[in-house]
Amino acid sequence: MALLELKNVSMVYNGKVRALDGINFSVEKGEWVAIMGPSGSGKTTLMNIIGCMDKATGGEVILDGIDLSDIGADKLTEIRREKIGMVFQQFHLVPYLTAVENIMVAQYYHGLPDLNDALTELKRVGLEDRANHLPSQLSGGEQQRVCIARALINYPVLILADEPTGNLDEANQNLVMKIFHELHAEGHTIITVTHSPDVGREAQRCIVLEHGRIKL
Amino acid sequence: MLIALIAVAVGATIISGMVTVYREVPQQLGREFRAYGANLLIIPANEAATFDENKIQNVREVLSEHEIIGAAPFLYERLEINKQYILTGGTNFDELQKVSPYWQLEGNYPAAGEREVLIGAQLAKVFSPYEPSEIIGQEVTISAGEGTAMKKYVVSGIVSTGGKEEEFAFMNLDDLQQIVSKPNEISIAQFSVVAEGDSLKTIEEKISSGIAGIHPQLVQQIANSEFNVLSKLQVLVLLVTAIVLLLTLICVTTTMMAVVTERRKEIGLKKALGAANENIVREFLGEGCLLGAFGGLFGSSLGYLFAQSVSLQVFGRGIYFSVPIAILSIVLSIIVTGVASLIPVRIATAVDPAIVLRGE
Ligand SMILES: Nc1ncnc2c1ncn2[C@@H]1O[C@H](COP(=O)(O)OP(=O)(O)OP(=O)(O)O)[C@@H](O)[C@H]1O
Ligand SMILES: [Mg+2]
Repeated sequence: MALLELKNVSMVYNGKVRALDGINFSVEKGEWVAIMGPSGSGKTTLMNIIGCMDKATGGEVILDGIDLSDIGADKLTEIRREKIGMVFQQFHLVPYLTAVENIMVAQYYHGLPDLNDALTELKRVGLEDRANHLPSQLSGGEQQRVCIARALINYPVLILADEPTGNLDEANQNLVMKIFHELHAEGHTIITVTHSPDVGREAQRCIVLEHGRIKL
Repeated sequence: MLIALIAVAVGATIISGMVTVYREVPQQLGREFRAYGANLLIIPANEAATFDENKIQNVREVLSEHEIIGAAPFLYERLEINKQYILTGGTNFDELQKVSPYWQLEGNYPAAGEREVLIGAQLAKVFSPYEPSEIIGQEVTISAGEGTAMKKYVVSGIVSTGGKEEEFAFMNLDDLQQIVSKPNEISIAQFSVVAEGDSLKTIEEKISSGIAGIHPQLVQQIANSEFNVLSKLQVLVLLVTAIVLLLTLICVTTTMMAVVTERRKEIGLKKALGAANENIVREFLGEGCLLGAFGGLFGSSLGYLFAQSVSLQVFGRGIYFSVPIAILSIVLSIIVTGVASLIPVRIATAVDPAIVLRGE
């Protein structure tokens, strides 16, 4: 069975803006899929639905055997906490917490914070020596790597990244892509959203959106 | 956040200050009121004319929980002074000054052990119609009446009281008791006790049931007006406290709202990371209560200083730091910030985690 399956998913905002319209696709365990498309085509909307932050107004979304279409908000939060690791274009690190504390925040909501686990995860993205630095003391690329470490800390079944390299220069972009390759090699399932054809090519498979539909 | 902290601290300052004043003012004012004279009279029971002056000590024991400003014994007898019958009071002038500090004196009170007499202002006019004050320092003859020994006394001063005492003469109690041969007897004792309406009533009951031969009487007029002024003052203090609490509430709510708005992204992120609404509620309420605790702690110490300075300036008397009041104002601050956080917390839980993916 596929890890993620979307059947005829649609999303209508405020009863009139049709952001997604009849989306069908599935992602197997261990796959790396890129979602591409022009601005306003519905990529972020799709990520919100897959990431359990929003519910589709139509169709079915099945994640790891759970149908997301007919569960309540609290349950959705729980699934998001247990199964999803998210990487954001704007990093979204808590400004007054150090790198390692930012990772521990995610642990805290999941269960018990553990300093050693958090440090191990930082080491994996090559930032063990920056553990006690504030986000403002880190470069964009470093912040994004902290963000990736945070996404990985709770062993998610699916990693979602919306424009993970959108705010990075080429050197940092390559560093981040290298980490995604490593994660993919370790068997993680990854969905990345990107404008950039270069980044898109790194994934195994590309899904292109246009006006809320999949372009074939 | 700092502003909210200050608001809470100011609130707590005023609350603890007000509560302290509220608690202390009746006592302090009660003490002030004692300047208007005795509030408890002890007279002989069963229509007897006099009672044993040692009963005063028994009454003092019954009053041991209260501060006694003074207790003045009086024996009233009719004496012949310069051939005229004058109602004369024998008393202890030290205690008299404590009980009736409002008596105005020209000259001096009779010294203990001296043959001196104090003359009421009206009486002085009788003795010396043109220049009453010339009587001071002059000798008068005093006797218990026709056919008794006459003694010479020196007038030590003239007293004005605004009452009928101005027609009397006063001398040391021992002297009078000796002249009329009534050792240890007194006709009335005036007490000035620091106590409010209700506790005065209890005192009255205790004395009348506990000590034989005497009858206590409250000076109703003073007790009542004291009670009225105090209860009005207390209502005022309560009102001010309630308003301050309300203002603190509003200020904290506004600040917490601003904090929530400012941290919208952080809240969204935490939710995206899987924070449940309970987590968010706990964080903000916790922060609010911490704010309340610190503000309260800070404020209650300031409040003590505030109440202290009020007490020192208005009553010229210090107060003790009260732990219950400090705890009360800290708890109140925590409750106020807790309540003030409710609306902001609701706003926080309503934040949509999806904002973190939108490029806002
Ligand atoms: N909360 C919302 N309410 C109303 N309309 C929305 C909302 N979010 C997105 N939309 C609309 O849905 C459409 C798809 O938006 P979405 O953000 O998914 O595009 P996108 O592919 O991520 O674009 P970009 O590449 O610029 O990030 C747009 O027309 C957008 O205006
Ligand atoms: Mg987008």
